[in-house]
Amino acid sequence: MVDFLFYLFSLTTLLAAGTVILTRNPINAAMLLILTFVGTGALFVLLGAYFLAAVQLAVYAGAVIVLFLFIVMLLDVETARSGKPNYPGLVAGIGVGALLVAGALVLYKRGDYFTLATLRESVPVGASTRSFGVELFTTYMLPVQLAGVLLLIAMLGVIHIGKRTRDSSGEEASHRQ
Amino acid sequence: MDVFKILGITAKALVVVLVLLSLSNLAILAERKVSSWIQGRVGPNRTALPIIGAIPFLGAGLTRLGLFQPLADGLKLLLKEDPVPDHVNKFYYFLAPVAAFIPAVTAITVLPFGEIVRNGTPRPIVLADLDIGILFIFAVASLGVYGVILAGWASNSKYPFLGGIRASAQMISYELALGLSILPVFMWTNAPGSQAGLNLFAVVQGQEHFWNVFWMPVSALLFLVAIFAETNRLPFDMAESESELVSGFSTEYGSFKFGLFFLAEYAHIVVGSGVFTVLFLGGWRLPFIASYYSGGMTGAVLSVLVFCAKTFLVVFLFMWVRWTLPRFRYDQIMKLGWTVMLPLSLLNIIGYALFLAVWDGI
Repeated sequence: MVDFLFYLFSLTTLLAAGTVILTRNPINAAMLLILTFVGTGALFVLLGAYFLAAVQLAVYAGAVIVLFLFIVMLLDVETARSGKPNYPGLVAGIGVGALLVAGALVLYKRGDYFTLATLRESVPVGASTRSFGVELFTTYMLPVQLAGVLLLIAMLGVIHIGKRTRDSSGEEASHRQ
Repeated sequence: MDVFKILGITAKALVVVLVLLSLSNLAILAERKVSSWIQGRVGPNRTALPIIGAIPFLGAGLTRLGLFQPLADGLKLLLKEDPVPDHVNKFYYFLAPVAAFIPAVTAITVLPFGEIVRNGTPRPIVLADLDIGILFIFAVASLGVYGVILAGWASNSKYPFLGGIRASAQMISYELALGLSILPVFMWTNAPGSQAGLNLFAVVQGQEHFWNVFWMPVSALLFLVAIFAETNRLPFDMAESESELVSGFSTEYGSFKFGLFFLAEYAHIVVGSGVFTVLFLGGWRLPFIASYYSGGMTGAVLSVLVFCAKTFLVVFLFMWVRWTLPRFRYDQIMKLGWTVMLPLSLLNIIGYALFLAVWDGI
């Protein structure tokens, strides 16, 4: 039963993710990205990581993609599609993908991450919200703090850019007057 | 897992969903009755079924209450002609009502609505007693925004588009306050040494003597306002705002597809009221009566009834507010969400953390 569900959700996720990058309609891409995230969330559930699954749905499927859809709908991106692919983006994407696959292969070759014993050991951490939180604020304190600083920097940058354009346009308008 | 177990779980889920849908239908009737009562009208009181309506006294009373009206309404929506405008994007136009309806019904899965005592230990009456309870509800409810945004976009006409964009901006703005406002509840439930996590049953168990709404009235108020915004109810009904946008995101929809949107809205209200009851009104607990549910089956039925009564009171509050307050302007809603609700809920967390520190120190 679990095996069947694993194959079902993996297939859904992979097919949806593949179609996201192949489809030319940005709305279809955004909707299939939701399906990808829902599939990943289902895989998290099969792993017993309910917290991650819920956060995945609430943050990515529930909020991030809504913003994507906003931009696509408001800017009417459909008119902006062209036959010419974005070469730097293509190279970067293939590069990152290759790195991820290589990393997974190295882990697989080393073997000790995928034995049943290590998997059983790792389940309690993600199983309950409590142990998850305790681990985050003890063992993984530094990564959590670093991620927080990174997000803060990104947020400040966005606010700065947003304010700058508005201020400069306002100044220009006042200068003209 | 054998077939019978799966069948049993499916049957239970079906029963709960059917009850939820019936309650949503009754909520629609209640809305019409409450609104007419508030406005000094009578409301639906003519629809009668042939045989039941002919029973003396009882039949006339039920007819007066309008209890047969939802049946007639549902039949009308089912049998009506279902026009599909030429200019819509067919696939997403058909997907949108379903995308609105499914999350509304799914959220009930983890909501405990009663308690049964087995072998001396109280257990929740719930479809899935998850450790992440409230987070699951938020995750599923946050998907409800796609029904509105897709309907607005796929209709390919101006009023629905404006309604969809406004409503989804509002929904993601108030989700922040929604999530932050309930943190004090779980800070209180997860006292040192308890293993409650984000489980909803544990929240109710923690309110045995005193409801959370008295401990943390600010949280309750913030949560209630955020729920109003999330369910797109007046004074936050940016999705419809019929005085400006005809009928908002559902302008191009008719017949049963509109019915699905309508039903989803009321299912959201019923589930949201249930969540409010669990978090702040002590679920199925009554004050000063510590454990009157130890009587097995009778206690279980009693607890479900008490829970339903409280939920109906919150649903009534939803309607009362709708027919009393005027609608916000769009910029007022965004301003309220980002400059009042969000800072206030953050301050609320800090204040409550200080209170807990002092409380634990004593």
